[in-house]
Amino acid sequence: MTIRCEIVSQDRTVFSGDVDIVVIPGSAGEMGILPKHAPVLTTLKYGVVKVRARGREELYTVAGGVAEIQPDVVTILADRGSENIAEIDIDRALAAKKRAEEYLAKGLPADLDRYEIMEAALRRANLRLDAVRRYRKSAAPRLPEI
Amino acid sequence: MASAREMRLRIKSVKNISQVTRALETVSASKVRKAINAVMATRSYATKAWQVLKHVAEQPGRDSLHPLLTKRPAVKNTLAVIVTGDRGLAGAYNSNVIRFTAQTFDRYPRPVKYIAVGRKGRDLLYRRRKDVLAEFSSLPAAPSFNDVAAIGRLAVQEYEKGAVDEVFLIYTDFINMGRQAATVKKLLPLELESGGLVEDFEHKPSSGIAAAYEYEPDGRELLDAIIPRFTALQVYQAILESQASEHAARMIAMRNATDNAKELVGALQLAYNKVRQQGITNDILDIVGGAEALAAN
Repeated sequence: MTIRCEIVSQDRTVFSGDVDIVVIPGSAGEMGILPKHAPVLTTLKYGVVKVRARGREELYTVAGGVAEIQPDVVTILADRGSENIAEIDIDRALAAKKRAEEYLAKGLPADLDRYEIMEAALRRANLRLDAVRRYRKSAAPRLPEI
Repeated sequence: MASAREMRLRIKSVKNISQVTRALETVSASKVRKAINAVMATRSYATKAWQVLKHVAEQPGRDSLHPLLTKRPAVKNTLAVIVTGDRGLAGAYNSNVIRFTAQTFDRYPRPVKYIAVGRKGRDLLYRRRKDVLAEFSSLPAAPSFNDVAAIGRLAVQEYEKGAVDEVFLIYTDFINMGRQAATVKKLLPLELESGGLVEDFEHKPSSGIAAAYEYEPDGRELLDAIIPRFTALQVYQAILESQASEHAARMIAMRNATDNAKELVGALQLAYNKVRQQGITNDILDIVGGAEALAAN
């Protein structure tokens, strides 16, 4: 018994396949979804989606979004991107974090839109780094502690 | 018949034109490839988003779920979002959209306001003294969702504050390189019966009858977050479709122009050669006539 899981970001299908369990970071808490789950529509927090199939686990970051759960399919609409943790580019994430922090340290930009963009970028960079730190053993020594 | 000199100039100018059209064709060919890639890339997201909206709309008591799902009893004002190109020389692309708009809304029973996306559509709406609420032009090639989200958001806002009671979207559907069709789509209130912007999804819920959703956080808050967003997404998808159509139309138009120019050059060259040969023949006749006249003396 498996459940179909699809993770799509705005520009591509990130993951698609039949899996045993999906764990999603719902806005009201983590949810583990097994086949024949009741229909749920939920928003997502910044976090990590875990997908397990035949004993193998894969992890994907999501920077918010929406998940639709049907008894036989979980659809994750990742609004602001989603990627496999194994594919995260640590150097890029670090650079993005630094850039965003510098901008924010310079004081608040005049318009709210720009501030929100920078803040979202910072949160995304932090999400990536946290995910790598927590789930990717080999990468840990390369990352400075916060 | 024109003089040989005039014809030579004419041939030269036609050749120049054909060079320009050929260059435009090449440029459009590369742009259309990019635009098609952009349409295809967002299609999976748009399909899934549409699927979610569809499921929401199938929920029992959809009218009370969210104001954007509710049909208003009295429809007084209409808003139309018209997607055209910024530039011409794209065959019938712009005029098709504009003609289609006129057909649809010129005799519409309710007052229609317009949001113009693209310079050509804006100019025409102004010329016809239509009520243009806003205009968006000079969109980047293959825009990101954030670049065009404002357009969809504006439409949703107008609807929410009650300034308009229905919103239509007019754009050009990209079918293939040779075919693009001006299309009208009802954006708000959401109507899911009339086929989607994107093809139907492959996963039907196995239970047959869709059970009611549980919402997390509560339904209102959740639908507030996703329905305006997914509506804006449709505008985005429509713009991508339109851009792909525009480049395809321009490429075909420019190819036809190049072919026509080639044909014209051939015909002109033939006529020019005849005129030239005629001139030479006349010259020889003159000389021979002159020589004979001298010999006769």
